[in-house]
Amino acid sequence: MKNRHILSVLVEDHPGVLNRVVSLLRRRSFNIDSITVGHSEQPGVSRMTIVVIGRGEEVEQAGKQLYKLMEVLKVTDVTPLNCVAHELALIKVAAKSQTRSEILQIAQIYNARVVDASPSTLLIEATGPEQQVDGLLSMLKAFGIRELVRTGPVAMMRGSSTVGIKESTRPERELAVAGNGASPHAN
Amino acid sequence: MAAAKAAVLGQQNAEVPGAQREARPLLTGSEIVCRALEDEGVDTVFGYPGGAVIPLYDALPRAGFHHVLVRFEQWAALAAEGYARATGKPGVCLVTSGPGATNLVTGLADAMLDSIPIVAITGQVIQPLIGRDAFQEVDITGITLPVTKHNYMVNRIEDLAPTFKEAFHIATTGRPGPVLIDIPKTLFLQKHVYSYPETVFRRGYQPTSVPNMRQVRLAAEAIAKARKPLIMAGHGIMLSGATELFREFVEKTGIPVVHTLLGLGTFPESHPLGLGLMGMHGHKQVNDALDECDLLLNIGARFDDRATGQVSGFAPNAFVVHVDIDPAEIGKNVRTDVPVVGDAREVLKLLISEVQGGRHDDWMAWIDSRRNRVLDEALEERPEWPEPYSIIKAIAKATGGEAIVTTDVGQHQMWAAQHFGYDFPNRWITSGGLGTMGFGLPSAIGAKIGRPDLEVWAVIGDGGFQMSCNELATAVQENLDINIAVINNGYLGMVRQWQDLFHAKNYSEVKIGAPSFEKLAEAYGIAGMTVRCDAEIEPAIERARTIRGPVLIDFVIEPEANVWPIVPPGAANSGMLHQQRYEG
Repeated sequence: MKNRHILSVLVEDHPGVLNRVVSLLRRRSFNIDSITVGHSEQPGVSRMTIVVIGRGEEVEQAGKQLYKLMEVLKVTDVTPLNCVAHELALIKVAAKSQTRSEILQIAQIYNARVVDASPSTLLIEATGPEQQVDGLLSMLKAFGIRELVRTGPVAMMRGSSTVGIKESTRPERELAVAGNGASPHAN
Repeated sequence: MAAAKAAVLGQQNAEVPGAQREARPLLTGSEIVCRALEDEGVDTVFGYPGGAVIPLYDALPRAGFHHVLVRFEQWAALAAEGYARATGKPGVCLVTSGPGATNLVTGLADAMLDSIPIVAITGQVIQPLIGRDAFQEVDITGITLPVTKHNYMVNRIEDLAPTFKEAFHIATTGRPGPVLIDIPKTLFLQKHVYSYPETVFRRGYQPTSVPNMRQVRLAAEAIAKARKPLIMAGHGIMLSGATELFREFVEKTGIPVVHTLLGLGTFPESHPLGLGLMGMHGHKQVNDALDECDLLLNIGARFDDRATGQVSGFAPNAFVVHVDIDPAEIGKNVRTDVPVVGDAREVLKLLISEVQGGRHDDWMAWIDSRRNRVLDEALEERPEWPEPYSIIKAIAKATGGEAIVTTDVGQHQMWAAQHFGYDFPNRWITSGGLGTMGFGLPSAIGAKIGRPDLEVWAVIGDGGFQMSCNELATAVQENLDINIAVINNGYLGMVRQWQDLFHAKNYSEVKIGAPSFEKLAEAYGIAGMTVRCDAEIEPAIERARTIRGPVLIDFVIEPEANVWPIVPPGAANSGMLHQQRYEG
């Protein structure tokens, strides 16, 4: 069965690394739903959060293929793990004086903030799980959504565990998906 | 004059403090590239000059390696591949920016799919012009992203030598593959001290060569239990230099061996346990054995679709053990019961001590009973045409099976795969994964330069030969003893065969004219012969072997000869078709 999987991918911060990752997923027909890139806690290491849609074995294959890139340090499928996965959305919604207070109430329900306003619009910033953003959007749809940008989720495990790599000369690397026993070392 | 002036300027602008005091000479980027290649032990570079690499070519006459001037950049990559496949050492090719670089792409893709270590050097436009659509500028690192194991654009002179060290390391370790280094022309002209790193460390590149012992034991247990075991021998055995260990393993366990296309040569076909080619044009008993086996031990092969046929019908009764250095190959195409990630050599070392000795006489007798006797009889026939099988067998016989055989892709390739009987590693050089027409001649040039001690036969179709026959000039210039056997049916034979069998004989655009190959040979100043009947095959081969320099034999075969047997596209290996002509 095809499911959404959230992959946390630690990569060396080299020029072109995003291109390598995206190009690899494209040419092997993996469907990318969203991708975010930014700094991690380690200097020189970036963290990508990639949402792919596929069957479990397809996603495992995607992880193994990613490991073949020299810049990829660690791939973790955090989907089955207990994690926080939040995204940011900026929503510019049409607002007249009659509707403004109703929109503000809806935003409040979803813990969203109004960050800008004009005589005809409100700019709402929402963060949270994707379903929460979806819910807010469905409520705002009736007022007229003028513009929308969503980041796609970034994810982190709850509790004290991390996906980080140890600074060792031979990092132990694993892909945290139910697999067939093969450790996906790069080759 | 200009160079001397630049050298003086370079000395004055020494970037390294104390360089003059320590008397460490400053080298130009061009000299650094040459020194790096020398330090990697490179003895041959296949290349073609052009604008962006003129400064590098300026340094070549002083370099400690031989440059082979090809006639088309694509063949530089394939010659480098031929060299690598024959010697086991990395092949090196060197071309200019823009069209020179794009012409390499097919060769890189070929090396990528067949896991061949190649280091390709491309010139790039000067740094201030990068990204401005300059003359002969292409984004070659972008273009070659999917067809290289890794690639680089070097931006700083101080990175040049370390990049070469890393590139050779990546190309030759783990699962080998092509690595491209793109160098802006500006860097060739700058100066820096030369220091070649001793070691390489990349956090994200740690190939697993020693397998997990638990997995090896599981494989050994499966071998102990099996009644009808079969080994699928892949290219990885050769790439890891494990053919002798492999033979020891096979002889200890008594398990018969079937070969993938690139696995030919990993285990002698003349050995009672060596069964030969599997898959689309595999031998009948081989594909029957795959259907029947209860254990399939794949060592160093990637379950390519031409080997497996329809995957759901592949080795349907087998417990599958897959040994591969690339974890991404495990479970990619075929469901695997016991994965063993590691270098074939390391796995075999451990496996040999874990397995019991054995024999499988009943199983071997069953396999032998499945041989296609009819086909063997057909080989004895002497029709009015030179029989393609007979040509291949005659070359094998004349050379004692010790020659290097290179091919293009198509019917002649399959005849050469089926009928030569490969007993030695690194003698069968063919384009397996990519199926590149034109591969045969340039790879023969690379192979002969790498192994001048071995006789080289390029077996080529008349279609493929017309793609790369310009390399005859290279073979002449290098004065190489290469024997070229053109298997000439006047058709793009394999496509014609598919049109014959699967498209109601609709021969669409497969009739292909050609010049007189004998006269073409003459034009290049080499010996040429034409063979039109069976009786002339052996004398022509014998004569070719006595002639120094390149020799061409044009074997004019039956235009509509087909390769048998054949698994139809989309079918399982069990659905293979056999030669109708000789069916009783």
